[in-house]
Amino acid sequence: MLLARVLGTVVATRKDPALVGSKLLLVQPIDARSAPIGKPLVAIDSVGAGAGEHVIYLKGREAAHPFLPGDVPTDAAIVGIVDQWYAE
Amino acid sequence: MILGRVIGTVVSTRKDEKLSGSKLLVVRATDPRGKDEAGYVIAVDTVNAGVGDRVLVVSGSSARMASGLKDVPVDAAICGVVDAVDVVGGAGAEEGSRSDVAPVEPGGARKATPGLRDGRA
Repeated sequence: MLLARVLGTVVATRKDPALVGSKLLLVQPIDARSAPIGKPLVAIDSVGAGAGEHVIYLKGREAAHPFLPGDVPTDAAIVGIVDQWYAE
Repeated sequence: MILGRVIGTVVSTRKDEKLSGSKLLVVRATDPRGKDEAGYVIAVDTVNAGVGDRVLVVSGSSARMASGLKDVPVDAAICGVVDAVDVVGGAGAEEGSRSDVAPVEPGGARKATPGLRDGRA
């Protein structure tokens, strides 16, 4: 899992039925010192994160696990909101 | 998932039988403001997207969870047609991702970037 900062939201009315009702957030991956790394990506939110917050997200097949038993077509999901972190 | 724009279609008559009936579209990756980026992907369309549409593409084995693609050999599927991308503060992703930009409270008051603490928490 990795850290990211929520940049904003993505609105898509025409989408896969399994995505209906899910919040799509635009996130910027960051390193442990809060510097941006790589390109922004779209992640599904399962914890109620908001713009500007730091979050924990995961990628790949497991991104759908918060929504089991449903089959949600997502390869990135936010699974935690960071209150603070400390890194050497 | 990545943001992209449909720039073309692929026609393939001789293909894996499970792919028959699937619409194959060429999708160019874009940044949140819609600017083209390097790289493209051939994605199966499951939401009736058309050339020029801004779309959401799911990649990897999660693509097979798009409707109707359970056992289809795909690793990229279009799972949404994007209406809008709202970046807080209206700044583009590049500006929005500057590390000194403190997150904005819903009320608009800025709060210190939680990020790195000097002393131990």
